[in-house]
Amino acid sequence: MLTSAQASALFEKVLKYSTAQETEAMISAVSHALTRFANNTIHQNMAEEEVSLSVRAVVDQRTARASTNKLDEASIRQVCESALALARLEPPDPELLPMPPAQAYRGVDRFDPRTADVTPQERAEVARRIIARATKDHLTAAGVVSQGAYSTSLFNSRGLHAHHEETMSEISVTMMGSSSSGWAKETSPKWQELNPEALAARAAEKALQSREPRELEPGKYTVILEPSAVLDLLGFMMMDFGGLAVAEQRSCFTGRVGRKVFGDNISLRDDVYHPLQSGAPFDGEGIPRQRVILVEHGVVKNLVYARQTAHRLKAEPTGHGFPLPNEFGEMPLNVVMDGGKTSVAEMVRSTARGLLVTRLWYIREVDPYQKILTGMTRDGTFWIEDGQVRHGVKNLRFNQSLIAMLNEVEAMSPAQRTSGEETFDMVVPAMKVREFTFSSATKF
Amino acid sequence: MKDVAQQALDTATARGATYADVRVVDIRQRYLSTKNMQTGQVRDSESLGIGVRVIARGAWGFAATDDLSRNSVDRVAARAVEIAHASALCKTKDVLLAPESKIVDTWYAPCRIDPFSIPVSSCLDLLLKVDAELLKVKGVTLAEAAMDFRQIDQLFLSSLGSEIHQVKTQTGAGFAATSFSGNGIQRRSYPNSFGGQYQTKGYELVEELDLLAHAPRVGEEAVALHQADQCPQGVKDIILDSSQLGLQIHESIGHPIELDRVLGDEANYAGTSFLTPDKLGKLQYASEIVNVVADATPAHGPGLGTFGYDDEGVPAQVTPIIQNGLFVGYLTSRESAAALSLPRSNGAMRAEGWNRIPLIRMTNVSLLPGTWKLEDLIADTDDGIYMETNRSWSIDDRRYNFQFGTEIGWEIRGGKKTRMLKNASYGGITTEFWNSCDAICNADYWILWGTPNCGKGQPMQTMGTGHGAAPARFRRVQVGVAYGSG
Repeated sequence: MLTSAQASALFEKVLKYSTAQETEAMISAVSHALTRFANNTIHQNMAEEEVSLSVRAVVDQRTARASTNKLDEASIRQVCESALALARLEPPDPELLPMPPAQAYRGVDRFDPRTADVTPQERAEVARRIIARATKDHLTAAGVVSQGAYSTSLFNSRGLHAHHEETMSEISVTMMGSSSSGWAKETSPKWQELNPEALAARAAEKALQSREPRELEPGKYTVILEPSAVLDLLGFMMMDFGGLAVAEQRSCFTGRVGRKVFGDNISLRDDVYHPLQSGAPFDGEGIPRQRVILVEHGVVKNLVYARQTAHRLKAEPTGHGFPLPNEFGEMPLNVVMDGGKTSVAEMVRSTARGLLVTRLWYIREVDPYQKILTGMTRDGTFWIEDGQVRHGVKNLRFNQSLIAMLNEVEAMSPAQRTSGEETFDMVVPAMKVREFTFSSATKF
Repeated sequence: MKDVAQQALDTATARGATYADVRVVDIRQRYLSTKNMQTGQVRDSESLGIGVRVIARGAWGFAATDDLSRNSVDRVAARAVEIAHASALCKTKDVLLAPESKIVDTWYAPCRIDPFSIPVSSCLDLLLKVDAELLKVKGVTLAEAAMDFRQIDQLFLSSLGSEIHQVKTQTGAGFAATSFSGNGIQRRSYPNSFGGQYQTKGYELVEELDLLAHAPRVGEEAVALHQADQCPQGVKDIILDSSQLGLQIHESIGHPIELDRVLGDEANYAGTSFLTPDKLGKLQYASEIVNVVADATPAHGPGLGTFGYDDEGVPAQVTPIIQNGLFVGYLTSRESAAALSLPRSNGAMRAEGWNRIPLIRMTNVSLLPGTWKLEDLIADTDDGIYMETNRSWSIDDRRYNFQFGTEIGWEIRGGKKTRMLKNASYGGITTEFWNSCDAICNADYWILWGTPNCGKGQPMQTMGTGHGAAPARFRRVQVGVAYGSG
């Protein structure tokens, strides 16, 4: 990890060597470790560290990027020259804006020294406690215990300087029995906020409760999606909120902005400052991230805009752009969904016949405009009858329009910081959804 | 670089490692893209670092850094041993590796035209011309094209005394036309979706693809799809083009044969496999005409899974996977080979870069060609669909239940390719599907495709894999599944 001063010193060298008309530098540093266990033993255990420099040069309405992790003087000079040489070989872009001037940022405190300093022995001890729970229940545990720290700094030759430091930690657990499995996962900027015993218990209970799963005919069912399942579905819609995606007619919101697309109870916003969120308060060009209401009571209210997209579309930049140059534009990365007041247990009690889904897996987009997604249930899928979880069911494949699904939400839990495996963390609730479509079953 | 690697090796062994290997990897990449006749990404990157993998106290440790100073290399080697000691706090048995020989060699992947020697302006000029051709087609709303070049220079040293220097150059190129009609989005790509074709070769790949010549057809098909009939739902015979079949092999053969998945190592993320060891040599995986190999040798072709040695210092090999339909082989590491009492690893351990441990990854997992001409195969099909170019893919975590969508379908009636079909999809259960294969086209139709984006592991690693295939027919397959009732 680099401090703001260390990153500034590196940028001074970039400025010394860059002969571009405008120069931007992104300096990233990471120190990360991950202990991985399976079959009740640690089988992979790694640590990494890296500092990298990415330089963007602008010359005569052209821009290009060159990056390196070699930080000696000759390499810094070389990366500056490479960026400029690449830019000179491009055709000019008449829409390219001058680099932004210095910006004011609202600070976010997401660095925890204790999390940065966790030792391999401490990670192994957490793995041991999780495995002990597996052994007690005659299960087999697999998972990760991970932590680290990173910094990202953005500078440009017009005086912009943004710096962010953050720590991260993660525990995920899969518990496997002879015919079933369960899963739980948690992430936090603070190591001490993770609860390995609770995660191990949740995963173990799901594995035990779903033993000897029964077959279920595919069809439309009421489903209760736990937050991780909701998250991994929603992730497939986030690129669609980009202003450029809509302008280029590749978004499912093309022709739908300002219209009611989802049910009344669906409200979604992007808010990097939310206490359960993570990430830097600036985008890939150094523009401060704004809070943006994306969906309000089912109406698509706003999109997010990178600076260049905003200029083209005569909108205000919202601070959601990717580093330039890129063809994607922008997307919300700090999504917060309004939740409800119904617990998952209450959702189960109110369900006559339906399914409780722990997580979804291998989700892919089948249709970009109807937003049909396919994927599988995994690690704990349960049949509910007369308000009670009755037994596990064999995993099912769904083919479901996300737009249609968000018009059939019957109840939601309070939103919580949630982590899955298909997308980035968000703050989302569990949902009870009517008429969710399962199209086939698998053998376990 | 050898001094640095040797120093790391010496420090690790001095600190108590009973086995150590070190990789110093220097990766250079250039990515160029255009969109609607404007440049998109124009970027160069390079990443150099060292990864030290050790066994100490019978357990694994790995540490990596981009700081190659003497103090840093000593520190990171010592850290790898310290991490192994922590792993040993939570082990059930000592790590055991299948035997391997000391190897000292240098290997260069064939590369006729260094892609980094081609002026960026020439590359962009070609991509912009492709965009222009696509946009000439009324109804194309988005034209995108890209080239991707990578050179991987790696030095491997191990405590067995091995010293292996390998240099590989990889090239990728392709384009896509997207059309929005007011109530739907359709897309066609060439030569494949999600980036195009990738191989371990130089700029000659771009020349062979002749991108510009294919742009008008691809643009026209993207627009025409809006007016095409919806792919029907039901049971039909299907013929898959070679690129879609390549991905079918990847998902429903390549991943299940990874022995680390079989043994449970990937249970928390990528999943496990239905191919438990009791099935080796016994399971009729496919029909008798199906023969699949995992072949990392250059003789197989310039696939993304072609190399001289894997990242454990094991030579590239040809491994039969399916022989006349029978399941006969896994992809292994030295550790997993030992777990199954195999005499030697077949060399499938590959790491994304210097900062990742090697995992069992597909090499070139390919379906060997059959005997049919494609026109004869179509003429022999009474009621079927010919499906081309992947659009979506999904499979369960043990690799049984799969579903694929393709960009375009063509109805086959009475031995003739007739109307265009949109939103073509199919699904099934792996072994049932492969046992329904009754015809494979001959070597004239066989293409070694590259899948550049295969994800696996924690932390996630992206790897390129190769899949050779010629079009093949599968009987009585469920089609139209994706739009069944969504």
